[in-house]
This record gives sequence, C-alpha cells and structure tokens, in this order.
Amino acid sequence: MSSNNNPASWQLNCPVSIPANAEYVTLAHGEGGRLSRKLIQEHILASLNNEYLIALNDAAQLPKIEGPLALTTDSFVVSPLFFPGGDIGSLAIFGTVNDLAVSGAKPLWLTLSLILEEGFPLAILDRILESIARAARETCIKIVAGDTKVVPRGVADGLFINTAGVGELITPIPPGPATLQVDDELIISGPIGRHGIAVLATREELGLEPLPLSDCGSLLQSVELLRSGIGNQVRCLRDATRGGVAAVLHEWAEASELTLSIEERNVPVSPEVRGVCELLGLDPLHMANEGTMVIAVKPGAGTAAVEILKSIPETATAQQIGIVKSRGIVPVTIRRTLDSEQPLDDPLGSPLPRIC
Amino acid sequence: MKYLDEYRDPKTAQLLLDEIRRITTRHWTLMEVCGGQTHSLLRHGIAVELEGTVELIHGPGCPVCVTDQAAIDFACQLAQREEIVLASFGDMLRVPGSHGSLLDAQATGAHIQIVYSPSDAVELARKQPETQFVFFAVGFETTAPATALAIKQAARYRLENFSMIVSHVRVQPAMESLVQAPENRVQAFLAAGHVCTVMGYESYESFVNRYQLPVVVTGFEPLDLLDGILACVKQLEANEAMLENRYARTVQAAGNRSAQDLVQEIYQVCDRAWRGFGTIPKGGLELRPEWQQFDALLRFNKPAIPVFKRDECQSFEVMTGQIKPPECPHFGTRCTPESPLGAPMVSSEGACAAYYRYGVTTTP
Ligand code: SF4
Repeated sequence: MSSNNNPASWQLNCPVSIPANAEYVTLAHGEGGRLSRKLIQEHILASLNNEYLIALNDAAQLPKIEGPLALTTDSFVVSPLFFPGGDIGSLAIFGTVNDLAVSGAKPLWLTLSLILEEGFPLAILDRILESIARAARETCIKIVAGDTKVVPRGVADGLFINTAGVGELITPIPPGPATLQVDDELIISGPIGRHGIAVLATREELGLEPLPLSDCGSLLQSVELLRSGIGNQVRCLRDATRGGVAAVLHEWAEASELTLSIEERNVPVSPEVRGVCELLGLDPLHMANEGTMVIAVKPGAGTAAVEILKSIPETATAQQIGIVKSRGIVPVTIRRTLDSEQPLDDPLGSPLPRIC
Repeated sequence: MKYLDEYRDPKTAQLLLDEIRRITTRHWTLMEVCGGQTHSLLRHGIAVELEGTVELIHGPGCPVCVTDQAAIDFACQLAQREEIVLASFGDMLRVPGSHGSLLDAQATGAHIQIVYSPSDAVELARKQPETQFVFFAVGFETTAPATALAIKQAARYRLENFSMIVSHVRVQPAMESLVQAPENRVQAFLAAGHVCTVMGYESYESFVNRYQLPVVVTGFEPLDLLDGILACVKQLEANEAMLENRYARTVQAAGNRSAQDLVQEIYQVCDRAWRGFGTIPKGGLELRPEWQQFDALLRFNKPAIPVFKRDECQSFEVMTGQIKPPECPHFGTRCTPESPLGAPMVSSEGACAAYYRYGVTTTP
C-alpha cells in the first residue's frame, strides 16, 4: 500500500503548490531540541503570537473572569486538509468557537495541539497556521497554549489538530434540549449539507461544477444577535456537525422525550448539494455542516428568530423548519411530498453513497 | 432543480392519491421491483398512504441486498491480502457476509477503497501498478454497461493488476421466479425504470402474455410512482393485463442498444445465487470466456463461489408477500438495521428495515 508513503501523493487537493526545495517535518522536530524550538518560533509563534503564548510557559496564566466557565474539546482529522470553502485550520477554530457559542458562552481562550506526520511540508503547515490565525482573529479567541508532536510516516494522515476551548457563560444561557416543550419552533440557520458534500466531492475528486463550498465559518455573530434579540425565548442551539441535522434532531428528541417534526420543503438546500445527494442517494439531512445550526425557540418566537438571523449575510436564508410535538412513537418525523409524517432516520455511521 | 420539483408537487400527488382511492374497488397487491422505488415509496410516505387500498410488496430489487453472502465473504478474503485493494461502491460496505461486512473487514486491516464508478477503479489500477485492484461489480442491468466499459478500458491499457468479482444480477428472471412460486401474491408489477432505460421493455411483452399480469414501467419520483400505481390499478380493475410505459421521458421500447451491445460483448447470462432466494436460473451475468483474465475468481484461484445456504432469514417469504416483516421470528431481536441477518434488513430501504422503524408506529 503505497498511497501514504509519498508526500506528493497526499490529497492536498487545493491550489496548494509545494516548492521543489520544500522543507518537511522530521521526527527531530518533535524531540524537544533545537529543531523543535525552531518549529515553534519560526512557524507557530510567527503566525499565532499573542501576550499569553509569548511567555512559552508550561501552562498559560490567565486572568480571572466573572462568570462561570464553559469548556469544550474537539479533534479535527478531516481529509483532505484543504477543501472548497475552508481547511483543517479554520475548521478547528470555527468548530471550537461554535461549540462554545451554541452553549451560551463567549469564547475566550483556546489550546491547540498539532499532531504532524513525518514528511509533512512546512509550507503547508504555514498556510494552515495562517488560516488558524485568521479565524482566531475573526472570532476574537486567543490561542493561549499548545503542543506539537511528530509521529512517524504512515501513523497519521498529514496533520491532526486537537483543541480545547474556554468561554465565559453569559446569561441568558440556553437551558438545553431537556427543556423543550410542545409547540416549540425549530429553525435552521442556513442551507444544509454543504460541508459534507464539499469534503466528499474534493476527497473523491468527483469533478463537480460548480464546486460545492463548505459552510465552514463562525456562528458567533448570529448567536450574539439571537441572544440580544430574543435571548429568553431560545431553548437550545446546536451546530449540526457530524450526522447533520438529523442527528441533532434525534439527540434533542431523546433528551426531551418529545417528537420533533420538520417539513422537507422548508429546509434550505443549495442546488449543488441537492444534485450530488440525488445522484449518490444521500440525504442532505444526514450530511455534516460546519457553520449551520439548529435552533429551538419558545412557541411564537420562530418568526422573530428568523428575522434576526436574516439580518446578517451568514444566516440570510434561515428558515423555520418544524415544530415540537407531544411524543408519538417516532422521535423525529418529516413531511415530504405527501403530507403524511414519515420517520426521519437517525444516521447510522457515515453516509455511504448508494448505487441503486 | 426544477426537474425534480415537477415530479414532487404535493397538489398533483394528492390528486393522484385520491384517484387511486376512488377507482379501487378491492384489495390489490402490487410489487415494485426496484429498491430505488421502494426507497422513494417509503421516503415519501406513499406506501403508508395507500394502506388498506393497494398493498405494496417490496420486491427483491436492490442489487446490493441480494448479493450472495458467499460473494461478500470472498471479497472480504481478498481485501485481507497484502497485495490487493478491493474497490467497491459505498453501499456494499455495510452488507454482512457470514463473518461480518466489508466495513468490519476494513476495521481489521483489509484494504478497501470506495469508488463512485468502475472507471475510477481502473484509474486506481493504472496509477498504482504494483497493487492488485479488484472491483466488486454489483448491480442490475443498469450498472452492467459501466462495468463492461471498465473491462474494456483495462484491456486497452493492458492492465494486469485489475480484475472484478462479477456479481451482476438480472431483474426479469427474479420476477419469473417470484410469480412461479406457489405462494405468489403479486397481481401487477411496477417495472424498474432505470433498468428499462438500458434494457428497454420489449422483453416484458412475453412476460405479460405468459403470466397475464400487468407490467407498468415506472420512474422514481413520487408522482412517477403514484402514476404507475394508478395505471396498474386501472388495468386490474378493468381485468386487463398489458405492458405500459409510464416513464416515457426516459425509457424507450428498445432501450439503449449500444449499452446492451457492450454488455453482450463482455458478459453472458448465468445462473446466480440471490441472497434470500437461492439460485435463480439465468439470474446473473458472468464474464465471457474471452474476458476471463479479468475474473478475480480465476486470478485468485477460486474456481467458483460456493452458494451460501439459505439461512434462517425469511426474506423469501417477505419478498413474496407471504409474511410481513414483523412476523419473522428474528425481526427486531436477532435482526435489526444495526446487525442485519438478511437482505430486507440490510439497506434502510429494505422492507424489514422500513418496518423496523415504522412497525413501531403501526402497532398500538
Ligand atoms: S427480519 Fe431479518 S431475518 Fe427476518 S426476514 Fe427480515 S431480514 Fe430476514
């Protein structure tokens, strides 16, 4: 099996050009000596420096804050590392920031661990670090501590990133899916399935025209607007990452012991995503998103929530998609062409394209 | 995507539903042959809407689900070998063989690569000459032309590292075996539109005459299906048995001749074991002798795939409409979508899988 042995065969599909005399990550970069320091100084600090990181202490020393804290962690192993609309770096930042934002926290600090595969081009690492820095600036989160490990060739897929994010919880904190009530309204912040399809199309070189773009981005602003507009009316928010919208609805149905019911025709899906899904027999409701969330609000607050979301470009196509009902036998239902309610499947593992 | 919306208009769907209900005077049992149609019928709630009016028996028409367990076992074995990569369509990965699925095999180190077309597998073989690529060729007459083309490409490039496990199945022999079974309850068929796009529908003429059952070529969108069902019911109510094409926007009587020629050139008809059915005479396609250098069975020294014995799964009874899935003793206990025993539980559009999720809704 040769596909991983040669750095040139990595799927860095984007317009990434690796210079002929490129420098690569070696095992020595991970051994704590001079090369390690060089990697940190010349590459990582060069992109990500701030007042906390510069100290290079074993632990970041952080100021006291008022409110209670939210803490989240996530690992990013996306392949390919670059995809239309984003890359593993921006994904790691937005993913962590979004997890904090939808939990009702103002993102403050973030730790960043890089697991690099021996032979990884440093030029590519720099591009990803720049993307990390840009996303962090955009979301006002500070990278305060980090770690770098190098693993032998073949042990990782180029680069893995792990983050932990700390945020300050701000009232009103959305009380969570266990508090859902009958007649609560369900909203989606934008077109679904874009990240899943963008990554699939790039990884499998499906050669699609136009290329579907990932929704990889920050939900911070839309959450802040919702909070200031109708904060008390929001029951819960969740970015619909792996498993897509269907997985979020199933989790909420389980937590609340109610039935969540949506209308297919109200769920925004871009023509590119819909086309690919039809072709491969996939359901956009099962496809991953990285900057799109599901929101539940109290009865009657749906219209106001949608209005608020529509006021900024990131969530301009927000839509009310359904409603919470008393528990039927099926936890999540969907109305498609005919008006009868159909069960909506909980995705079983990752969606696999069909042939028939 | 206007093309789809046209065939999903809720108002027209409702009109068609009303019309079916209006003209139906007794209980009719129809079979949709193709898994794509089953999927659409369930996904759009048509089967439920018609309950009590027209009963739909979900046919054997998912080539993935009917692939014999022994073929999956062979694929798993090959993928475990150091020098071999097994290339497969994604939906084949979760189907269990007798020792787990390809996905299970992959977790224990087997080399499996999802591809989106057979030509992708040929390309992989071209780019990595030191690795043997084996393509798992599954599908009805619809996918056979594409795999035939892959064989020709491989021959043109003189690839010595490309071969296929040919598991193609043919729809009409399966329909024959169903109607010949003494337990048969099918009174009319919705024929699979995609297959007819390639094969045409002329060959159904003699089928209709022999068995005096209506056959209506039907598409996959909700309106296509309702329209096809309505056409079947009209015939049944009028005591007629005719061949009708209700998918004329795609299907022509003769089908796609060049695709058929390609299939003819590469494959010949053979008997084939269908999961849940046993061996169906003329139920499959195999490589003609002149292309056998691309037969993975021969290349990797397996004279023939032994037929997997009919197991405890009662899928034949389900697919002939004798029992409803919940009547199978394993339903929901030993057999669930997470660990399926048989074909109809394997894919989410299979009858057992669908009932597993609804079944819960219909029992009070
Ligand atoms: S429930 Fe499982 S074992 Fe029973 S017929 Fe269906 S697939 Fe076969």
